[in-house]
Amino acid sequence: MTHSATIIVIEDEAQIRRFLRTTLVAEGYQVFEAETGKQGLTEAATRKPDLIVLDLGLPDMDGVQVVKGIRAWSSVPIVILSARAQECDKISALDAGADDYLVKPFGVGELLARIRVALRHVMSTTNGDEEGVFAVDELKVDMVHRKVTVGGAEVHLTPIEYRLLTVLVKHAGKVLTHQLLLKEVWGPNYVERAHYLRIYMGTLRHKLEKDPARPRFLLTEVGVGYRLAVV
Amino acid sequence: MTDQRPDPDALLEKVQRAEALRRRGRLKIFFGASAGVGKTFGMLLAARERRAEGLDVVAGYVETHKRAETEKLLEGLEVLPMHMVDYQNTQLREFDLDAALKRHPALILVDELAHTNAPGSRHAKRWQDVDELLDAGIDVYTAINVQHIESLNDIISQITGIPVWETVPDAVLESANEIELIDLPPDELLQRLKEGKVYLPQQAERAAQNFFRKGNLIALRELALRRTADRVDAQMRDYRDDHAIQNVWQVKERMLVCIGPGGATAENLVRAAYRLAQLLRAEWIVVYIETAKLQRLSKEQRDAILRTLKLAEELGAETATLSGHKLAEEVIAYARTRNATRIVLGKPTFSGWKRWLFGSLVDTIVRQASDIDIHVVGKESNFLSQAAANPYFSRSRLYLGLASEEQRPMFKWRSGYLWALAATAICTAIAWLMLGHFDLANLIMVYLLGVVVVAARYGRGPSVLSSFFSVVLFDFCFVPPRFSFAVSDSQYLITFTVMLLVALVISSMTASTRHQAKIASHRERRIASLYAMSRELAVTRGEQNILGIAVKHLAEVFESQAVILLPDETGRIVYPASEGVVESCHGSDLSVAQWVYDHAQMAGQGTDTLPGGDMVYIPLNAASGMIGVLALLPLNPARIALPEQQRLLETFTSQIALALERVSLAVEAQRAQVKMETEQLRNTLLSAISHDLRTPLAAIVGASSSLIRDSDKLDEHARRELGQAIYDESIRMSGLANNLLDMARLEAGAVVLNRQWQPLEEVVGGALAGMTARMGNHPVSVRLPRDLPLVEIDSMLIERVFANLLENAVKYTPTGTRIEIFASSDRNELVVTVADHGHGIPSGEEKRIFEKFHRVASEGNQGGAGLGLTICRAIVEAHGGRMWADDFPGGGAAFHFTLPLTEPPLIEQEETSQS
Repeated sequence: MTHSATIIVIEDEAQIRRFLRTTLVAEGYQVFEAETGKQGLTEAATRKPDLIVLDLGLPDMDGVQVVKGIRAWSSVPIVILSARAQECDKISALDAGADDYLVKPFGVGELLARIRVALRHVMSTTNGDEEGVFAVDELKVDMVHRKVTVGGAEVHLTPIEYRLLTVLVKHAGKVLTHQLLLKEVWGPNYVERAHYLRIYMGTLRHKLEKDPARPRFLLTEVGVGYRLAVV
Repeated sequence: MTDQRPDPDALLEKVQRAEALRRRGRLKIFFGASAGVGKTFGMLLAARERRAEGLDVVAGYVETHKRAETEKLLEGLEVLPMHMVDYQNTQLREFDLDAALKRHPALILVDELAHTNAPGSRHAKRWQDVDELLDAGIDVYTAINVQHIESLNDIISQITGIPVWETVPDAVLESANEIELIDLPPDELLQRLKEGKVYLPQQAERAAQNFFRKGNLIALRELALRRTADRVDAQMRDYRDDHAIQNVWQVKERMLVCIGPGGATAENLVRAAYRLAQLLRAEWIVVYIETAKLQRLSKEQRDAILRTLKLAEELGAETATLSGHKLAEEVIAYARTRNATRIVLGKPTFSGWKRWLFGSLVDTIVRQASDIDIHVVGKESNFLSQAAANPYFSRSRLYLGLASEEQRPMFKWRSGYLWALAATAICTAIAWLMLGHFDLANLIMVYLLGVVVVAARYGRGPSVLSSFFSVVLFDFCFVPPRFSFAVSDSQYLITFTVMLLVALVISSMTASTRHQAKIASHRERRIASLYAMSRELAVTRGEQNILGIAVKHLAEVFESQAVILLPDETGRIVYPASEGVVESCHGSDLSVAQWVYDHAQMAGQGTDTLPGGDMVYIPLNAASGMIGVLALLPLNPARIALPEQQRLLETFTSQIALALERVSLAVEAQRAQVKMETEQLRNTLLSAISHDLRTPLAAIVGASSSLIRDSDKLDEHARRELGQAIYDESIRMSGLANNLLDMARLEAGAVVLNRQWQPLEEVVGGALAGMTARMGNHPVSVRLPRDLPLVEIDSMLIERVFANLLENAVKYTPTGTRIEIFASSDRNELVVTVADHGHGIPSGEEKRIFEKFHRVASEGNQGGAGLGLTICRAIVEAHGGRMWADDFPGGGAAFHFTLPLTEPPLIEQEETSQS
């Protein structure tokens, strides 16, 4: 099923479009292209895609606006492509509902991994296939019994730490911005207090990671937010 | 053989004159002998013609006096609305200068050139408004009667018996491009008057009836005709100059006019001299020589002198106040230094025996200056002396004013005389002791000594008193018969006379020496103050410091508060950014300052422009143009108006302007230097980049073209090799591009730190995660204390620091070399170290490696433009930290940087620890 998924690439650079199309078609995806934001929105509405790859630097409209436009009626996963100069846009696009991002230049491996995670995520939620247990390597989170174990040993978490972890688990593999995490865990009044998040993430890592400075599960997206590793 | 070619200097002057005229608007004056000759009518007629030719004509101010035929001509012309001014409960209709400047027509009509504007207007006189219009490049038509011409003012007052207060400087008339004489024979004018065609104001009717006597009208007509003829003559001469029609080598005449203290006489002298100067086309200088005697004049008399000097300046003369002992000598010396060809003097006031006895200035000068022509001007009617009561004059007195130096306290004045008496008494006592031992003649010497002492200490008056008193006491106490004023021997009368004369001469000479010394010391003080400022300015750097010094000295020397206003980049005068010094004054009017800056003319208190304010605005003019404006708020406005003070002020302002110019030139030079260095840097950058970009590009192009062309010939392994090469080189280029972008942003100062409270651990983790692919076989150990405080940093930038340091470590150490990251903290800062166990930094390079584009010489083919460490240091410094490198104990390189620690934000602790 995965390999017949439909992907729309919204990107104005012909060379990058060409490279994306070649790669994605080779992987077995069905690919449609759009050169502008407007065209992209139309394509998204007519093609009913499974995923959208969106470049932030479009000539006709702000990429964030495209995300908002799509999110108005669809929850289709959106992977953002951004150049280094568009860091702020990247965060606002994620806050607006984009699922993941890639910074140019990026390798094919990275791109395909992101696409796979995004698509899998959709599968798991759309299928309503909630097992209640999340597992990656030796980390296990049992949502039903509220039990966290690393290599079989139970780890005790404070309520906030647990809440933080479950939010990450719910969106495993996806980049979650600081703002989103703060809102979900602490509430809307805390969105400006990013240091809360950082401190709790620190303690969570010390409890779950072998080497907290080189985390394997709780990954940092510098300047953007965090992601829970899925592989 | 005469040279028919025009003198090059004269030609240059002509060209410059023509250029100045081209920029300025053209002035046409409709000139008449009296009211009612039809000037306004003629002006309107001419204006209509211009309009018919398609010119943009506007009536700025036209006084029709409700005459039907004139009003008819005004129909169809665009008329600017009047500016209404409230003055003493009446509404005055005034010409609206600003509206005219804003409307900026090609030609504007402004009637009644001699009009005095309502108080509070920008200029005191309408001719100044017209001048500004011309400066703005607008052509002006205007009208004036002959009696309003400054230099003819006194003559006409004599003829008609009616003084005229509204005058226009002759220079205005001379600067006109065209003068059209509107002439009407007196009989016809009288006829028009009878028919009621000439407007007469009610209140002035009787005076005007006197004015319009046929005799007067003929005289005025003659003056107007003559004046016009003079101008035509001058034009003729200009023409001849322009076309080199000259047979005689003309020496530029320079006239020295020497005025005395007599107010009215002096003014007549100045006017006469002006007419003479016009006739001779000579430059003229009016001097007032202050001798010891003239120093003692009353305040009113000195006021009159200043007024006369001001009048002379208005008439185009240069003025000077000299001080000296002997009038004649000073005049001649000054005439020689200025190369004057003529000296103009007033008629001597003494006559007969007095003149013979004391000599007159005229006689002395005539005798001593045989090579200079002397003009003696006769006395004229003295009606002007009564003019002092006139408001215009009292106002001008107000702004001329005078130093109140002579208002000595009464007790001092009296005590001088008391001391004179006491001194004489003491002399008598000494003489008394000497009596019997010495001759009477020697006793006289004691008295003379007393007179000298009194003269030296208390001046002339007391010493004269002392002289007389000495003679009296000598007679009474010592001359037989003693203790009576009777004199037995008549030869003592000669003794008395000679004693008195000697005493008087001594007292006079001593007093005047003392006075000279006083003047000299006064001058010395001025020069010293100027020198003090120049010296301070010379060693000062920085605009603000110069302004401070200038303001301080101005305040001291001119007893004023001062402020120097400078323009911004767009040429708008702005208030100074900094607070300034104690002496700075506030509340200066920027619009006035702007006007001064734009026109390079003084304004404010005591000047022609906006004389109503309290402050004086002086342009600061340097060689390269206007620098700024000096605003002075004098404690005593009168002092600033003194010619000597004016000159001193000019010297001060030019010194200040020079100093400011020097600073701005220095800044410019520095900017040029920086620009040059930037240029050099850019070249280094270009060569570095072109090398570093081309190398990977060459590899990419080669590998990819081979993949395209020979894909079928290549086996799987070779294709993979080529693909890997392309990938590696692209990543290298991408890193270079990132570094260049970072550098550019940091250099441009465009980086705004997005500081947030961060645990260092997370940043290190982020950097390590980003580097995983490139770390190869270099193991990294991270040692961060568990209790390391949060730091407020921009995580993206600090991550760049780690990334660059790690990349360097990978690049410059052999595979497998361990890399260590550790940190420690104290109260103030966090010290972070990234170290490796490689070969270390070559000694002596520890500092240079942070320089832009610097690469360690032994470096092989490792890429990079040598920007990494520069960027690191820039980022760390932007965070307020330091960065340095040294040897790692046990071999290898260690890079350290600090991050300042501040009070971290509070965290609400969770109560329960168990989920």
